[in-house]
Amino acid sequence: MSESKNTEAVKPSVVPAEGAKRNRRAWQALSQSLGMFPVFLLICALFAILQPRFLSGPNLMNIVRQGSVNIVLATGMTFVILTAGIDLSVGAILGSTAVISLAVSVLPGLGWAAVPLALLGGLAMGLINGALVAFVGLTPFIVTLGAFTYLRGTAYLLAHGTTIINNDLSFAWIGNNDLFGIPWLVIIALIVLLLSWFILRRTVLGTHIYAVGGNAQAARLTGIKVPFILLFVYAVSGLLSGLGGVMSASRLYSANGILGTGYELDAIAAVILGGTSLFGGVGTVVGSLIGALIIATLNDGLTLMNVSYFWQLVVRGVVIIVAVTIDHFRNRATIRA
Amino acid sequence: MSDSQSSPGGLSAEVSKTPVLEMRGVTKSFPGVRALQNVTLTVYDGEIHALMGENGAGKSTLMKILAGAYSADAGTILIDGEPVKISNPLDARNLGVSIIYQELTLATNLTVTENIFLGNELRSRSVMLDKDEMHRESVSVLKRVGAGFSPTDRVGRLSIAEQQLVEIARALRHDSKVLIMDEPTAALSDAETERLFKIIRKLRDDGLAIIYISHRMAEVYELADRVSVLRDGEYIGTLGRSEISAAEIIRMMVGRSLSEFYKHERTRSAGETILEVRNVTDGGKIHASSFTVRGGEIVGLSGLVGAGRTELARLVFGADRRAGGEIFVEGKVVHISNPNDAIAAGIGYLPENRKEQGLFLEMSAHDNIGINVLAENASVGVIRRKNIRRIVADAIRELAIRVSSSAALAIGLSGGNQQKLLVARWLTIKPKVLLLDEPTRGVDVGAKSEIYRIMGKLASEGVGVLFISSELPEIVGMCDRVLVMREGRIVHELGGDTGENISQENIMAFATGVREATL
Repeated sequence: MSESKNTEAVKPSVVPAEGAKRNRRAWQALSQSLGMFPVFLLICALFAILQPRFLSGPNLMNIVRQGSVNIVLATGMTFVILTAGIDLSVGAILGSTAVISLAVSVLPGLGWAAVPLALLGGLAMGLINGALVAFVGLTPFIVTLGAFTYLRGTAYLLAHGTTIINNDLSFAWIGNNDLFGIPWLVIIALIVLLLSWFILRRTVLGTHIYAVGGNAQAARLTGIKVPFILLFVYAVSGLLSGLGGVMSASRLYSANGILGTGYELDAIAAVILGGTSLFGGVGTVVGSLIGALIIATLNDGLTLMNVSYFWQLVVRGVVIIVAVTIDHFRNRATIRA
Repeated sequence: MSDSQSSPGGLSAEVSKTPVLEMRGVTKSFPGVRALQNVTLTVYDGEIHALMGENGAGKSTLMKILAGAYSADAGTILIDGEPVKISNPLDARNLGVSIIYQELTLATNLTVTENIFLGNELRSRSVMLDKDEMHRESVSVLKRVGAGFSPTDRVGRLSIAEQQLVEIARALRHDSKVLIMDEPTAALSDAETERLFKIIRKLRDDGLAIIYISHRMAEVYELADRVSVLRDGEYIGTLGRSEISAAEIIRMMVGRSLSEFYKHERTRSAGETILEVRNVTDGGKIHASSFTVRGGEIVGLSGLVGAGRTELARLVFGADRRAGGEIFVEGKVVHISNPNDAIAAGIGYLPENRKEQGLFLEMSAHDNIGINVLAENASVGVIRRKNIRRIVADAIRELAIRVSSSAALAIGLSGGNQQKLLVARWLTIKPKVLLLDEPTRGVDVGAKSEIYRIMGKLASEGVGVLFISSELPEIVGMCDRVLVMREGRIVHELGGDTGENISQENIMAFATGVREATL
C-alpha cells in the first residue's frame, strides 16, 4: 500500500493551532528527556537565594561526597527496578559489609583482605537474593524484606553488638582522600555510574535487562535466559551495596550494626525521582543520579539553613511526592499528545 | 431532517424514513494526524449497520465521538433528526447512545445486577438502595438478552460471552436507541458467536439501531443489513444488503481487488524435509503428534480454538516442557528444552498474542527487531551498534514497516506494524523453520496481505513455514498442505501427496469431527 498514514508532515493544510501544538510537543519531548533535572536546578536556585554559603565550591563538593554512597546504592537499585523488582536489603547489606571490612581490617596480617572480602560478601548476599527470586520464583519484595531483617541481625552479630573502630584503617584513603581535588568517594560513584550506563546501554546484557523488565514472557520466547538476568541484577545490587559498605566504613574509620539503616529507602526514592518505572523496563541510571543529587542537595541545604532534622524529613518526603506527581502528569500529557 | 434531502453515500432505498442517527461532516484531528475528514454516517432504527475499515481508518475515533469520549473538531450529529451536542459519555447515554468496547468495562467483583445499575443505582427513599426493584429490572432485561445466568451471580465468574450480555443488558436498561459494538466476537467461540448474533438480530427486530464494528468478513456478511466503509479517515461509501460482498468491501477498504489478496510467490516444488516432529507430547492435552515440514512449504495447522495448535507449536519451540517425542531439523535430532535451543537450531516462533508474548512495548522498534541477534553482533558483550543498525534498517525497508524512525517506541505503532516488527525479529535469525501463530490476528487488511507476501517470499527462499490460523480463507489461500487438529491430536492431512482438496468444508469436517480421523 502506498498511501502513508503519517502524511501530516507534507500536508500543507495545517490548522492555525497546529504550530502552537507542535511547539508544545517539542517542549514536552524536551522536558521528557530532561526528566527531573529542572527540578534539581530549581531546588539549587532556591537554596542559593536563601543561603549564600550554599553555592560555594566546598559546599557543592560536599553535596556530591555526601551523596556518593546513595548514588552507588541507587545505581544498583536501578538494575533491580528495571526488571520490575525491588531490593529492600541494600541498607542491611551495607551495614553487614561495613562491619566485615572493619572486622577483617583489625586482624593482623589480613588488612589487605578487608575490601575484597566486603565486596565478595555483598556479592554473595545479592546472589542469595537473586537465586531465590530467579530460581525459586519468590517475590522480590518478600525475599529482600527477609534479607533486610536477617542481614541487619547479621551486622549486629558480626560487630558483637558494639562499634568496631580502627584508627589505622588501611583503606581510609577511600573515604578521606582526594585525587586532583576530587574526593575518591565521588570518583568511585562516577565510575560506578559510567560502567552501569555502559552495561545498560551498550551491551547485550543491558538490552536483555530492559527486555526482561518490559515483558518477561516475550523475553523468554526470544531465547533470553530470564533467571540469569534476574540473578545478575540482584548480584549487582548486592555488590554495589558492599561497595557502599566499604565507602561508609572508610569514611568513618568504624562500623556497627546500625550502619545503613533506612538507606534502601533513599536509594529507592532516588531511582523513582529519576523516572524509572516500578513496573520495569523503563528508566536510566542518569535519572537515578539526578534523583540522588536532589536528595543530597535537600539534606545539605536544609542543614545549612539550620532546619531541624524532623522538618528535614517532612520536607524530603513532600518534595519526593510533589516531584513524582509532576512527572506523572508530564508523562500523561506526553502519552496523550 | 426533511425527506427530500437525499441521504449520503448513494443510498436510495430508505429515504422515506428519518434516520435515528446521522453524523455529517465529522472532522477530528489529533496533533499531527487528521483522524477523520468530513465523515458521514447514517443509521436507521431496526438495522444492523456494519462499520468497516482497516486499523487506523478512523472507526474507533468516529465511535468515540459518538459515545462522547472525544469531541469532534467540526461536524454535526443528529438524533431522530434533531441536532444534538455530545460532549461527554453521560450526554451520549441520555441521548440513547451506548457503546460496548472490546475491553469490557465491568466490575468483576460485583454482581450482575450491581453492574447493570453501576453509577445509576435505584434508591428507595434517599440513600437506601432499592435492591428489590433493581433485581426485578435486571431479571426482565436479562430475559430480553436471553441470559442463562442469575442477576445475583458475580460477574467475575461469568464467561466473556456472558459478561458481554451484561454490558448489553446495561445498555438496554438505559433505553438505548443506538448500540455500538466494537469487535464483540473477538474473544468468543463459534457457538457463543452464534448465540450473540441471535440476540443482536432480536434487538434489531425490536427496533434498535446497531452499529457493528468488525474485521471479520464472514460475520459482516452474515449479520449486517448495511455496511459503511472508512479508509484513512474518510468515508468511502455504504453498501445495501444486496450489494454486500467480500470482494467489494475489500476493494473499498484497501482500494484493491480480492484476487490479489492472497497473492504470494509459490515455490515450484518443495525441497527436503526440514523439520520433522515425531510423537511430541506434553503428557496431557497434546497426544503424541508427528508431522513434517519441507523447505519451501507453507503448512497450515488448522482446527478449532482450543484444539491444541498453539500448545503443539510451543512444545516444538521449547516454550513448554515436552514429556516425550523427538524433533529433527534437516534430518538431525535436536535437543530442545527451551526457546534458546530452538533458536539455535534455526526455529523461530511468532506467538499468537503479540502484546503479551512478543513485543517490548516500551522499547524502540530498533531494539524489538534486533533483540535476537545481539549476541552474534557483539564483541565481549558490547553490541556492535553499526551492525545492528544495518540489520534493523534492512528489515524495516524489506517489510515496509511504517515508523518515523527506528527509535520509535513499539507501543505507538499500529497493530499491523507491531506484528511486522515481530516478523522482522524472526527474519534476523535467518530461520530454517518459522512457526507463525495467528500472524494476521488483529492486523488490518493491508498489513495482512503484506504478511502473506512475506510468507511466500520466505517459502521461496527455502524456509519451512508452519502457519497456524483460525481464519479458514487464509489457510485455504496460502497453504500447500494443511494439518487438522482436534482435541489435542493431528487428525487429518489435506493437500500435498494426499490428493485431498484443501477447502474450508474439508477442514471443518475434520476439525469438528463430522468426518472421522484418518491419522
